[in-house]
Amino acid sequence: MKSSTIRVALVGNPNTGKSTLFNDLAGLHQRVGNYPGVTVEKKTGHYQHAGFTFEVIDLPGTYSLAPRSPDEMVAVDVLLGRRAGESAPDIVLLIVDATNLQRNFYLVSQVLSCGLPTVVALNMVDIAQERGIEIDVKKLAAKLGTPVVAIQANRGQGIPELKAALLSASQSTPAKSENPFPAEFIDQALGLSSRLDSNLKLPLPLFLVERLILDGNGYLEDQLLPINAHAEREYLQSVRQSLSQHGFPIPAGEAMARYAWVGRTLEDVVRTPTERRLTLSDRIDAVLVHKLWGTLVLLAVMALLFSSIFQFAEPAMSWVDSGVGWIADVVGSQLAPGALRSLLVDGVIGGVGAVVIFLPQILILFAFIAFLEDSGYMARAAYLMDRLMAGVGLSGRSFIPLLSSFACAVPGIMSARVIENYRDRLVTMLIAPLMSCSARLPVYVILISAFVPSHHYLGGIVGLQGLTLLAMYLVGIFAAVGVAWVLKRTLLRGETPSFVMELPSYKMPSLRTVLFRMAERGWDFLYCAGTLIFSITIIVWALAYYPRSDSLVAETIAGQREQLAAEIAAAAPDSSARNSLLNKLEEFDQQANLTQLEGSLHQQYSFLGRAGRLIEPVVRPLGWDWRIGCAVIASFPAREVVMGVLGVIYNLGTDWDVSVESDQSQLRDRLKSARWDNSGEKVYNLPVALSLMVFFALCAQCAATLSVIRRETNTWRWPLFTFAYMTGLAYVAALLTYQVASRIWV
Amino acid sequence: MISLETLSVGQTAKVLRFAGGGDITQRLLEMGVTPGVDIRLVGSAPLGDPLEFEVRGYRLCLRRSEAKKIEIQT
Repeated sequence: MKSSTIRVALVGNPNTGKSTLFNDLAGLHQRVGNYPGVTVEKKTGHYQHAGFTFEVIDLPGTYSLAPRSPDEMVAVDVLLGRRAGESAPDIVLLIVDATNLQRNFYLVSQVLSCGLPTVVALNMVDIAQERGIEIDVKKLAAKLGTPVVAIQANRGQGIPELKAALLSASQSTPAKSENPFPAEFIDQALGLSSRLDSNLKLPLPLFLVERLILDGNGYLEDQLLPINAHAEREYLQSVRQSLSQHGFPIPAGEAMARYAWVGRTLEDVVRTPTERRLTLSDRIDAVLVHKLWGTLVLLAVMALLFSSIFQFAEPAMSWVDSGVGWIADVVGSQLAPGALRSLLVDGVIGGVGAVVIFLPQILILFAFIAFLEDSGYMARAAYLMDRLMAGVGLSGRSFIPLLSSFACAVPGIMSARVIENYRDRLVTMLIAPLMSCSARLPVYVILISAFVPSHHYLGGIVGLQGLTLLAMYLVGIFAAVGVAWVLKRTLLRGETPSFVMELPSYKMPSLRTVLFRMAERGWDFLYCAGTLIFSITIIVWALAYYPRSDSLVAETIAGQREQLAAEIAAAAPDSSARNSLLNKLEEFDQQANLTQLEGSLHQQYSFLGRAGRLIEPVVRPLGWDWRIGCAVIASFPAREVVMGVLGVIYNLGTDWDVSVESDQSQLRDRLKSARWDNSGEKVYNLPVALSLMVFFALCAQCAATLSVIRRETNTWRWPLFTFAYMTGLAYVAALLTYQVASRIWV
Repeated sequence: MISLETLSVGQTAKVLRFAGGGDITQRLLEMGVTPGVDIRLVGSAPLGDPLEFEVRGYRLCLRRSEAKKIEIQT
């Protein structure tokens, strides 16, 4: 008896409208996860039809089923039912682009070789028609031996017919497809198959045996054959040699045989206009990849992308901010002061709030990216920028992820998925956090306005403060270039990845696909924030809160008051010195001051404060005192917290808000008047401010970034590596900055 | 030998064979750049590299360094 769930694997080339079709079929019933051990997204969805549940598995878009890496192996393993606990799918749903049949049919040929029941969905038939391409669908189906359904996925047309075809395909046996290879190859493959079976007890599907012969780069050999199977490896080599001598070269033979099959299959099925016509896509391209106009359009698109992340996201971010503030107030007012209230308000709500605030930026950026990708412009942007990016050993595809990282590294890293080559993708993700994101801006702004003199040059057009800000962005960019250069020559060395990229025809993206992509990424991020970032935040909160010693704080305050009283007693009566001391005492006794002082002292006596003192010798060469050290440790979960922590340490109280101008100027004044504990000299001067800014330009103080790197690479190795190299780099650069700067400005 | 890189804009040629090998060749073969196929240079990016080609009815871009390894017959 057949089970009532029918599993359908969705396969197709990139840019064929595969995700649009997936959304058409599964609607909201979809789930995204990861295949264990690889960085491939596992996307499944389901729908009901005629009393059956159809489970749709969306396999990553690919031009070929010739695996060269574990990521590419996933699709093959799924189709052949080789993944642990999963049988082969009942049906393969193959989506092909009707305007580009030849290349799409290469994959069709490979899928048919797998021997599963297959249904072909012929997408974008409307555009094909516009271009004068005539396709005889019935004849095509007869030649392939599989159902072929014409659809327009972006308009939802042909979907009922497709569902009906899937249902009937699940109930019939597949027709045997024509093997595109010459008889010699087929004999050799059968020979190798029985040899592996009898000698190694390795019964492989025929498709994989064929692939063993065809894939000469060694990946499959290492994956499938035991290390010590020397005889088999030699035999495989001799099979390849003998085939080459008989006019079937490896690897070109496969492509030639399959494309010959494609030619035979399509010759009396498809009629394309003989003369070249200028398509709409060609006319758009005449502008968009034009040497001058194309560059200008790219700049305009980037400017729009960038400013929309900053500006459109701003109101939404302040809603999130006030929403979080409101929740914190409500929860705070319900609870008595103490550890629980502080945990919930400062730790949980404050901490997660500080991360969730990035959500608007992520949603906007991904709406943009989905639009650019789906419309076909993303490939053009990569094409235009490739020369520039090749200079640092990357390709044009790294451009958008890196540019996005100036707004926020989290979506930047998530968007690196468009980079096919693993090493390139990794390098891009590892240098993305060096781009100065919007969270660094408040740190720069406060320190620059407090310590960099506002000189102006060239008749007031260029200001020193602005130049310093620019310098901070440049520090990050230059560091990124350097790190990319080093990584490409050391850890991630390898063959220069190819830039063989399709420039797909332009099309109007479907709103549904854009919204789905946006929601998917947003959810990814919230999930990340809800688990990992949450735990880190709690740990840092606990370090700043415990051990709570009220008596120690009370003693210190009493001590300070006594000292003030003693000074008053010692001063000459009626002198101005005595009067000012009396004023000081009055200020000291004000409730607001006492509360703030208490907060500051609690922080100083906490584990965090102690850690700050402990690391003071380490940060001293950077010109920092223990308070700054403390603030740097506390800002590990999110770097923008650093100013808030400094605010608490310098007695501004906890209600202090970095985004309020009057609070900012208050912090500036406190920073300017802060003094070293022992010598009484001022802590902050220009060299210290510069070293602190350089440190923040380069450090990895962002739990969200690190956990997204973990999410995207599926291992802890790379986030740890990122944290280590960035912190090291930041320390050395800050050290140099301070040591050089403090010798220039004494 | 004449390489694909030397084609002028608008010119069509036949692919003969690949110099070197490796993943790039495999990739090109899968994308339909097979011996015997017609390939036309459509244009180049603003900085002169990469190049845009038309092959089997679609657009494909390649770097000059990659096009150099493809031998053609005009």
